[in-house]
Amino acid sequence: MLDTTRTLPAAPGVGYKPQHFAQILDHAGPVGWLEIHAENYMGDGGRPLAQLRHLAERFPISVHGVGLSIGGEGPLDPDHLARLKHLVGWLNPASFSEHLAWSTHDSHFLNDLLPLPYTSATLDRVCTHIDQVQEVLGRRMLLENPSSYLAFAESTWEEPSFLGEIARRTGCGLLLDVNNVFVSATNLGFSPQGYIDAFPLDAVGEIHLGGHDEDQDDHGAPLLIDSHGRAVVDPVWALLDYTLDRAGPRPLLVEWDTDVPDWPVLRAEAQRAQSALDKVPA
Amino acid sequence: MSFTQDLFYDALLDPARPHPRGLHDGRSRPAGRRFDVYRNNVAVSLTEALHEGFPVIAKLLGKRNMDGLAGLYWRQHPPASPLMMQYGAAFPDFLAGLPQLSHLGYLPDVARLELALRRAYHAGDAAPLDPQALSIDPQALMSATLTFAPAVQLMRSPWPIHAIWRFNTEDDAPKPSAAAQDVLITRPDYDPVPRLLQPGAAEWVATVQAGGTLAAAQDRALASAPDFDLVALLALLLGDGALSSLSPPKA
Repeated sequence: MLDTTRTLPAAPGVGYKPQHFAQILDHAGPVGWLEIHAENYMGDGGRPLAQLRHLAERFPISVHGVGLSIGGEGPLDPDHLARLKHLVGWLNPASFSEHLAWSTHDSHFLNDLLPLPYTSATLDRVCTHIDQVQEVLGRRMLLENPSSYLAFAESTWEEPSFLGEIARRTGCGLLLDVNNVFVSATNLGFSPQGYIDAFPLDAVGEIHLGGHDEDQDDHGAPLLIDSHGRAVVDPVWALLDYTLDRAGPRPLLVEWDTDVPDWPVLRAEAQRAQSALDKVPA
Repeated sequence: MSFTQDLFYDALLDPARPHPRGLHDGRSRPAGRRFDVYRNNVAVSLTEALHEGFPVIAKLLGKRNMDGLAGLYWRQHPPASPLMMQYGAAFPDFLAGLPQLSHLGYLPDVARLELALRRAYHAGDAAPLDPQALSIDPQALMSATLTFAPAVQLMRSPWPIHAIWRFNTEDDAPKPSAAAQDVLITRPDYDPVPRLLQPGAAEWVATVQAGGTLAAAQDRALASAPDFDLVALLALLLGDGALSSLSPPKA
């Protein structure tokens, strides 16, 4: 049996940045939990682990992996799985999540979340890898929808049903990034509300919000880039409202990973997430 | 032909290769430069990782040169694991192998110093040795061995790496002049510091690191530098929490 008892509170959380350490402790405001990137806390010791131990006494922690390459054609890296097991073992976080993406090829890690065709072959492979992760960690994981800049001619599944089938087969939960939905919908020309309508919302254990940059493709069509480098835009907040209306309150994470602002700016984003939650009947 | 990550990977790393086939924009038009978003993400994130990991090298080379070298480096040495904190381990040797940098002979050792500081930042924790532990019978002390904290690393260079590092990281640091320098990386609390070692100290540290007794270390240090100052060295080591344990002589 997978341990499904540990969950995040239906409150705002933020992606933890070391420069905010002291202010988070003194002025958390509405922030009820923190998310860390697993790979940054896999050293042997020093300040990162000392800060994490300290924060974990005060806040539920979500461990968000960016390096497992769950969609990789090769096997999962056993060394990396062991590091993850170690981290999750001592920290006992409220949640562990990863991405529907690949990032490692022939033991080379590219530090980016790369796209997958939605085919039965990909489905089988991803499910096998998630089964393995959940077995090694002894807990249910969440899988996040990607932001897409292109699509594959060979795909035979729509993304929401593809993720739903993964959740059904493996028992994993889903992490719904509404900024990624907005980015992908703009880039690939589909309706973001239609995506939410088709999404298996019952499986959603966490929602992500973040900022994106704007570019253009060869035809002058808008091409949004998932940069996590600025404030969440109004249409994404609206899509969050649309989602919460249908899903009910969920843990909401604000991600801001590049050009990281001062703490009050990030806290104000968390406050806006709190306001979105306040509008939703429990 | 169906998508393979082999093709995608090769096209990501080599901008001269055509985009993989079978990619579209969601409206049945070819993906075109949308593929370049992934190329750009990989290039920018790995280049930035090298800038962050080697800030003094980046400053010495200038942003444009560093960008160019980073692009050469990551294509030859993509990260070997998702632990980006370890990325760049081969960068010093890579710099040493570039003929166009041979006039800057000190660069590889400065890069090694930056790498050692990063390793020290993530190194394991160790409770510092209580200075009282050294207040034992002098003869017993000289037959004892010492263990350094995991963050501690010794670097010996024919170049003034400590002076170069300081000149590029501190305001008002003196201009470096030609000299060989020995550096000990320590980590008081959580911030690694490169300490300039006085003559003989590197021999002493190397002997102790290899498991030699304090007597052996003293002999090696004095043989190298007759004015070796053990008291000053111990004060530095104890003050920085660089020592973690003392083992009495084996009976």
